[in-house]
Amino acid sequence: MRVIARLDVKNQFVIKGIHLEGLRKVGDPIELAKAYYAAGIDEIVFIDSVASLYGRNNLFPVIRKASEEVFVPITIGGGIRSVDDVAQALDSGADKVAINTAGVHNPKLIEDVAKKYGSQCVVASIQTKKVPGGWEAYVDAGREKTGLNALDWAKRLVELGAGEMIVTSIDQEGTKSGFDVEVAQAINESVNIPVIISGGYGQPKHVGELLKRTQPSGLCFASVLHYKTASVADLRTVLREAGAPA
Amino acid sequence: MKTICILDYGIGNIRSVSNALTNLGAKPDITRDPARIAAADGIILPGVGAFPSGMELLHQHGLVAEIHRYVQTGKPFLGICLGMQLLFDKGTEFGTTDGLSLVPGIVDRIPVQPGEGRLPHIAWSRIARNSAVPDVMFAGLSDEQCRFYFVHSFTARDVPREFVTGALDYLGHQVIAAVQRGNVWGTQFHPEKSGPSGLAVLTNFIGQC
Repeated sequence: MRVIARLDVKNQFVIKGIHLEGLRKVGDPIELAKAYYAAGIDEIVFIDSVASLYGRNNLFPVIRKASEEVFVPITIGGGIRSVDDVAQALDSGADKVAINTAGVHNPKLIEDVAKKYGSQCVVASIQTKKVPGGWEAYVDAGREKTGLNALDWAKRLVELGAGEMIVTSIDQEGTKSGFDVEVAQAINESVNIPVIISGGYGQPKHVGELLKRTQPSGLCFASVLHYKTASVADLRTVLREAGAPA
Repeated sequence: MKTICILDYGIGNIRSVSNALTNLGAKPDITRDPARIAAADGIILPGVGAFPSGMELLHQHGLVAEIHRYVQTGKPFLGICLGMQLLFDKGTEFGTTDGLSLVPGIVDRIPVQPGEGRLPHIAWSRIARNSAVPDVMFAGLSDEQCRFYFVHSFTARDVPREFVTGALDYLGHQVIAAVQRGNVWGTQFHPEKSGPSGLAVLTNFIGQC
């Protein structure tokens, strides 16, 4: 199971909030990426957390610099709206793009990117909030409802050509109170592509609670790494002890 | 300083391969120019995506003949991911397509059955080295360190064992992780994305150049 560092970036700073809001600066994205790489991270996800509000991704120079020294897979997300944006992302040194908002507004984008660059570079990003009877997909960094049932949308994204999926629970994000195991299990069992779970990790028992229910392909960690509550090696130990080879 | 040519045939993310070579003290040259290809100390064929479009692009840019000419000189050649798959005789993705036939084998979808598991195989996986062949590719790495980043749904079959340098088991199916036939190397994994272990493989390749 992959141990993935998630860096949400705003105005050139890695930030951390709760429920994707109330953002606080925690460091420089390139320096943090280099530090996590040196510590043995499996993968790094950079999200421009305000990009879709402003209509553009500002992380290309960051990716360009980071990819000169970070030799693990790099995913870039936030404000990826066109095939041209994807071309620019890949040219900057990203291996994959995470697409949420633009995919909801224009599902054909997922299809077009998968056709042109292959499914392996399309990470469909789903942000979920619990609603009566299930989960709703949200866009614009967790601010806007879509009216889409998250499970149906997940299945549709696979049909469109997504090669991987990252599921962020807005309810749990930044709370350090555990993953949303219900939505993780529901989505992971609805699709046949690798699923990454993001949002909510606070302590080792949270991994156990999740893995008892479902086996995702990777887990994203943010706060614990940024605030040095746990090292990459610690997280690997946590996964191993929960029965997942990492 | 060794000049390693990264074949530019309009496919794949070549910046990371280029960055890795620079980091290791080699000089990357991203090109499809025959004169620069011929002059290179080594060649890397990168690639992601589908087998037929990969071969089509190589043909379109006149690179198939260039590759064969280069390989005959005995200088080192490395195919990565799709670039490794194209080394074989045939690919079966979207119908049958002829490959470069530099290593015997056929590239098929990993026969994962519904309910058995997921594709693509996107993971860091530990590989088993083939102890029956000389180990140049993974020299300096412990078994523990032979853990690399994979992202693919296809793998080669019917590859003579003497050309297989590493393999792994994915959901009960054999995946050929790496091959070597003389100066022709191939890795299904991405050495440029596999941390220090991957860089060690690239260092071993550069060492042959």
